[in-house]
Amino acid sequence: MVQLTVNGKAQKIDIDPETPVLWVVREQLGLVGTKFGCGASLCGACTVHIDGEPVRSCVTPLSEAEGKDVTTIEGIAAPDGTLHAVQEAWIKHQVPQCGYCQSGQIMSAVALLKENANPSDEDIDSAMSGNVCRCGMYTRIKAAIKTAAKGA
Amino acid sequence: MVSRAEKKAVKKAKRANESRARKWTRRSFIGAGAVAGIGVGGALMVGIAIRPGDRTDELAKFVTEGQEQLITTWVKIAPDNTVTAIIPHGEMGQGVHTALSAMLAEEMEADWDAMDIMEAPAEKDFANFELGREFLTGGANIPSPLFDTVNGLMLTAAKSMDLQITGGSTSVRFTGVAAMLTAGAAARELLLEAAAQQWDVPLGELRAEKSYIYHGDKKAPFAEFAEVAATLKPNLQPKLKKRSDYKLLGQSLPRVDIPAKVDGTAMFGIDAQVEGIKYGTVMAAPVHGQKIAKLDSKDAKAMPGVIGVYNMSDYVAVVAEGYWQAKQALDMVEVEWTVSGTENVNEESIFAQYAQSLDGGKKKVLHKAGNVTKGLKSAASVYEAEYRVPYLAHACMEPMNATAWVRDGKCDLWTGTQNPLGTRMVTAETLGMDPENVTVHTAFMGGGFGRRATPDYTNQAVMVAKKAGVPVKLIWSREESTQQDHYRPSVLGRFKAGLDEDGMPISWESDFVHKMDPPEASAVFYDIPNVRAQYADSPTHIRLGPWRSVDHTQHGYFTESFIDELAVNAGIDGYEYRRKLLKNKPRHLKVLDTAAKMAEWGKALPAGQAQGISICESFMTIVAEVVTIDMSQGEPRVLHVACAADAGLAVNPDGFEAQMESGIIYGLTAALYGEISIEDGAVEQSNFHDYQPMRMNDAPEIDVKIISSDAPIGGAGEPGTPPIAPAVANAVFKATGKRIRQLPLSKHEFGAAT
Ligand code: FES
Ligand code: FES
Repeated sequence: MVQLTVNGKAQKIDIDPETPVLWVVREQLGLVGTKFGCGASLCGACTVHIDGEPVRSCVTPLSEAEGKDVTTIEGIAAPDGTLHAVQEAWIKHQVPQCGYCQSGQIMSAVALLKENANPSDEDIDSAMSGNVCRCGMYTRIKAAIKTAAKGA
Repeated sequence: MVSRAEKKAVKKAKRANESRARKWTRRSFIGAGAVAGIGVGGALMVGIAIRPGDRTDELAKFVTEGQEQLITTWVKIAPDNTVTAIIPHGEMGQGVHTALSAMLAEEMEADWDAMDIMEAPAEKDFANFELGREFLTGGANIPSPLFDTVNGLMLTAAKSMDLQITGGSTSVRFTGVAAMLTAGAAARELLLEAAAQQWDVPLGELRAEKSYIYHGDKKAPFAEFAEVAATLKPNLQPKLKKRSDYKLLGQSLPRVDIPAKVDGTAMFGIDAQVEGIKYGTVMAAPVHGQKIAKLDSKDAKAMPGVIGVYNMSDYVAVVAEGYWQAKQALDMVEVEWTVSGTENVNEESIFAQYAQSLDGGKKKVLHKAGNVTKGLKSAASVYEAEYRVPYLAHACMEPMNATAWVRDGKCDLWTGTQNPLGTRMVTAETLGMDPENVTVHTAFMGGGFGRRATPDYTNQAVMVAKKAGVPVKLIWSREESTQQDHYRPSVLGRFKAGLDEDGMPISWESDFVHKMDPPEASAVFYDIPNVRAQYADSPTHIRLGPWRSVDHTQHGYFTESFIDELAVNAGIDGYEYRRKLLKNKPRHLKVLDTAAKMAEWGKALPAGQAQGISICESFMTIVAEVVTIDMSQGEPRVLHVACAADAGLAVNPDGFEAQMESGIIYGLTAALYGEISIEDGAVEQSNFHDYQPMRMNDAPEIDVKIISSDAPIGGAGEPGTPPIAPAVANAVFKATGKRIRQLPLSKHEFGAAT
């Protein structure tokens, strides 16, 4: 039995602790906003925060999240439903196309802005280049991050 | 001046709109079949009233009378005055639900902010007949008086071909133009007529606006007249607005699908939730065509959570309590595959075969003008070049997946598909069921690009679910998705031009292998008197499928590279050379000039930088791109792309720009690194480390300029892709003097440019 907190809620999970966090949140907890893209830490679609740090949940065993705080895309808006500044900026810039990569993109962007409230182009590139967008929305992602930084 | 109250109202409407978008995502999952009747939940479906009966039986009449306006999409009005557009296309990020509902709202005078949207069920009446029509007429331009007749013909053809495909950039340019605008206008006319009757006032004194009908100061919602409207005979040729009168179209509307895509609530195929669901994954024969000879699943079966390991003849399937357990178990399976005879096929043998097919094989002429033999004879010189492009995978962000539940003689299938109707038919066939017993619940697609038009992955889900006897969500690994794709063909193209004394082409010949669609991809729009484009079939065991812009990807690269070579050969600037050949093509010229101007073509650039230009026309949209690259590190780095596009009318300009940006990055990925190579009969690449996507740190800045013309509405999803590869290759030539006749660029070594 592995205990952890997911989006502020205590959870006890009875599963092989080697199971990647990605599949635990999707299949055990029904939080399907976190996506499977590559399963090999190559695309960032599965990005969640563990104790505030962005991690690739497809290669992070549940055991590593034991006793920690996991935040998924479903958990970054305020409890009253007010969207995070990054989400607002994403809508403003009409970032998503197919949208499949965007949970991961947003989680990486939120983590970046927490670390660095005013990132340069290079900072954004280096924080975001692990997140693939096959729809190629990079210029919009970058613009939205800058907007969110200004608003934050 | 907008008042505070109005602003508040707009905000409220927006919020309502957002929640509706969310409602919709769920709805499409619940019951696709629910809309196929009248009066669902008290809603009145005007669409039923304005559909001209059963089209199959009336085909002959359509053909002979030639005056039928087929209204293939439905619009319904609920008692609360919500107008719902029923969209016969899947959303894969191209914003089609927004664009099409706006088209309907525009003609219907419906309140777009309060509009509901739902995806059409996989029913034959929603078949995308326009795509079928294009197939059957070889993409030929249809004279407008025949348009309706051909529509009628093609609807039946499309129905029999089980087409309900989102592809070929058809959604807006065909469904939107031929169906949504017409359906909207017809619905408006019916409502006005009903109001005239009910209020007993002259029709001419009424007007419709934002889902209300007005007579002087008096107004009432559409819903009040819907019932009467549904009993009236529709005008089969309703009066359409002039483009200059559009209020919604041509405006950047916020996309209805976006709010759900920033908070994790958007439902993709992979997110299907079904009671009692189990998870499956598969491994198919690495060499397409092989079958399982021997399967040892002892160790796999002993793994925790495993429910079953199945020999599915050409693939192995594992079903388990979770995907990860299924995948772990699959890795333990030992398989011996049969020998299919293609185990020695590799890159070299494939291209040697292509060369042979072109040398000696029978060729079919696709395009012909003048006489190339005569043209060549009168030429002052001849110029030839040969180009190659590799196979390409689609690499949709969302791996292939489908959830199936087969029980009690029925099948439910949840998936993201570009082809719901075809999927339904194939599923029925596979299970030996009547199509009535198959329900396809469509979902958002995490990328389609042509891949999700082929229902092989859904078929596996159905078969495995049937074997396992439980609902199964079948998910392909990224590796499986890469190696079991239906690929953009690898192609060999040979070009020969006869040139006059000034180096201008008077004859143009192209010979190439493979032809998919559309046929005009290999045509040249330049003013050249003698042209012949012909192809040879040269099949291999590698499966092929449509890939973003289909045949235009290879032919855009070939044609625009060859033209650039001819310009260099003539000692004329590439931009000027193209201009000379486009003298009589004002639309093309304007697009080309605009892109050149945006990028300040010919300006002095820092050392190591160079520009490249190209122009392509695909899916009725003309796109020119000028790239600026930097070669100072010894490999091309694309800094900037200036893109000018004429699609007649960009229905949603911001969405159109996004499509151009997307198409450019997709094409750049292919141009720079994209290659699926074959070794020992199998695909060599497996995941994003060896089939690299472009990432943010390598992505260029992109500027898009939309040019409006009075041309018919062209596509948006695909036309941005074809021009980018040749533009980059042409820039590389300018920077290095090295002509790239084989993609991707990463195959080539460059010294540092000077
Ligand atoms: S799915 Fe985890 S990085 Fe791609
Ligand atoms: S929006 Fe489709 S992959 Fe990023």
